[in-house]
Amino acid sequence: MSDVKTIAEPVQEKLVFDRPKSLTKRGFTYCPGCGHGVIHRLVAELIDEFGVQDRAIGMASVGCSVFSYWFFDCDFISCAHGRAPATATGVKRAHPDAFVFSYQGDGDLASIGMAEIMHAANRGEQITVIFVNNAIYGMTGGQMAPTTLENMVTTTSPLGRDPILAGGPIRMVEILANLDGVAFAARGSSSSPRNILKAKAYMKKAFRSQIEKKGFGIVEILSNCNTNWRKTPQEANKFIDEEMVKAFPLGVYKDVFADKSKK
Amino acid sequence: MSESQRELMKGNHAMCLGAIRSGARAYYGYPITPQNEATEYMSFHMPKAGGSFIQAESEIAAINMVFGAAAAGVRAMTSSSSPGISLKQEGISYIAMAELPCVIANVVRCGPGLGNIAPHQGDYFQATRGGGHGDYRTITLAPASVQEMAQLTYKAFDLADEYRNPSLILSDGVIGQMMEPVDLATIPAKDAPKKDWAVGLGQDKRERNVHTTIYLEPEDMAQMHLKLIDKYDRIRREVQYYEEFRTEDADILIVSYGNSSRVARTAIRHLREEGKVKAGMLRTISLWPYPYRILNEIASNYKAILVLEMNWGQMVEDVRLAIGDKTPIHFAGKHGGLLFTPAEIEEFVCAIDKDPNNPKTAWTPIR
Amino acid sequence: MPRIEVIKESCKGCQLCVPACPHGLVLFTKTEINQMGYYPVEYVDPEDKCTGCMLCAIICPDVAIRVYK
Repeated sequence: MSDVKTIAEPVQEKLVFDRPKSLTKRGFTYCPGCGHGVIHRLVAELIDEFGVQDRAIGMASVGCSVFSYWFFDCDFISCAHGRAPATATGVKRAHPDAFVFSYQGDGDLASIGMAEIMHAANRGEQITVIFVNNAIYGMTGGQMAPTTLENMVTTTSPLGRDPILAGGPIRMVEILANLDGVAFAARGSSSSPRNILKAKAYMKKAFRSQIEKKGFGIVEILSNCNTNWRKTPQEANKFIDEEMVKAFPLGVYKDVFADKSKK
Repeated sequence: MSESQRELMKGNHAMCLGAIRSGARAYYGYPITPQNEATEYMSFHMPKAGGSFIQAESEIAAINMVFGAAAAGVRAMTSSSSPGISLKQEGISYIAMAELPCVIANVVRCGPGLGNIAPHQGDYFQATRGGGHGDYRTITLAPASVQEMAQLTYKAFDLADEYRNPSLILSDGVIGQMMEPVDLATIPAKDAPKKDWAVGLGQDKRERNVHTTIYLEPEDMAQMHLKLIDKYDRIRREVQYYEEFRTEDADILIVSYGNSSRVARTAIRHLREEGKVKAGMLRTISLWPYPYRILNEIASNYKAILVLEMNWGQMVEDVRLAIGDKTPIHFAGKHGGLLFTPAEIEEFVCAIDKDPNNPKTAWTPIR
Repeated sequence: MPRIEVIKESCKGCQLCVPACPHGLVLFTKTEINQMGYYPVEYVDPEDKCTGCMLCAIICPDVAIRVYK
């Protein structure tokens, strides 16, 4: 009898991919093809998956993601340029049970905010840092960043970044992975569906680092700034896969979960 | 009234005790003389009170930690001295724009630049005119004793919460370092108020809270400005603190604050004992809002006004704003981190009493 | 039957989804303009080839694709 009933019912269609609950209804204001949208979605999906939306507190940085609080549906602070890890520290110490994350770009984190990120990491602050590296200052119109590749042309390195005059691209997760307070440090990419899924797996561990009180977690995600790179979104993602990864190798640099002796 | 419980304390310690007793549960600071006793005191007593203490990597980090803690609804504080306060200005501007309450203490030393670690009052403009970028104000209280270091810091938290605005304590190396008795009964321990606008837990049971300082549309920014202007006007009306000392029958009115006012008090007593000049003093306790109202009301009762500041002449401009040309204003400054002596103040007062319009000492903005 | 739905008002026509589809079912046809002024992509699948692999949705920077299975 039950068989008959099953056959009679129309096949129920299931929605398997939709906007995560932790994103507001507001559409992203980023350029077409920009990696920020993908990375926002991943963060929101993980907030949903870990069930922490009711206690998630985000720190927006200064740069293109300055308005990220428009898109994440949780408490937010729009921080001063580079200071998000310090502000996050103040929040986390006040609410140790909150899920506190900062969302920072490369100019914000690796240039003006170098002191704040290093010391928050070194203190082992129980926060999660999402570090979007697109090798350029996007919001201000494409100036050279500390992460700009050698010989890469920007509006302030019109002849290409000269490493003798301006140094080379700075590798933050490698540096941060050396600090004892860091529980998880990895670099992913938003350049392809495969890389995006991998990046999400890294971010999941950076979330866990905080939720399980293991320490500071950071995931750097290589992202495109097709507008300022003067490329199409597709060309830009190809540039990540072919050029950017040479300076910024993908992978896990510190993983407290992999180290059995630390468990 | 509870019985007085007097304890001998350092100014910087008293300030911290006032903060903890007012319910402050977050302190973030960076070493700088002459306020180190504050950071040291907090490193032990703040965790003991169940709060959080961090010796921050920089003044900038410290003020941004305060930003976070204040946004999270905790009574939060940082302290520093002049060069460090300059570094904090970015954060103070953000906190003012985000309308978050906190207390910032400046144990002023002599500048500009690295200057020296001697007491000074050269940060008056920075404290009372906003200090950082953009148009904002911070409530500024100037203690003149160790007792007031405790009491005004205690009060500064209440004012900060009431108006959702940063409060500043403007003291100096002498007030911070010296020891005097504090009546602990004046700062009974209490809990900080709950804040429904704070970021935190339980977001499923309320609207989300966002603290931001960016309003790209000029129309939106203008709305925000109008809101701040309204608030500042309200503070101007409601917060004008001062103390009058022997003003009733005085011929010469000294206007001073903090450290300078202590020496002035001694000079006034001495001048009266000697029967030389009947001088009195208006000691301004709130520097922003400045007590313009009382000064304007009483100015014409005196032959002349003498403004005493350990700087090149900053508050004197506020005195002039308050009274205009009603009464001649004279200015005596003290430089390099040196303190006034009662004798030199007495000499000034006597000279002004003899010749209230003496152009040599008269202060005017018109040069 | 697995299928996708393009939320036309969210799509900015960046076309990252176009090569992401293993069956070439997402097309940049430039036939209509949305309110933002972009040409949204179109899902064309007359032979029901969509497997619901979600690659298009994963690469989409604007969460403009829903996937049904």
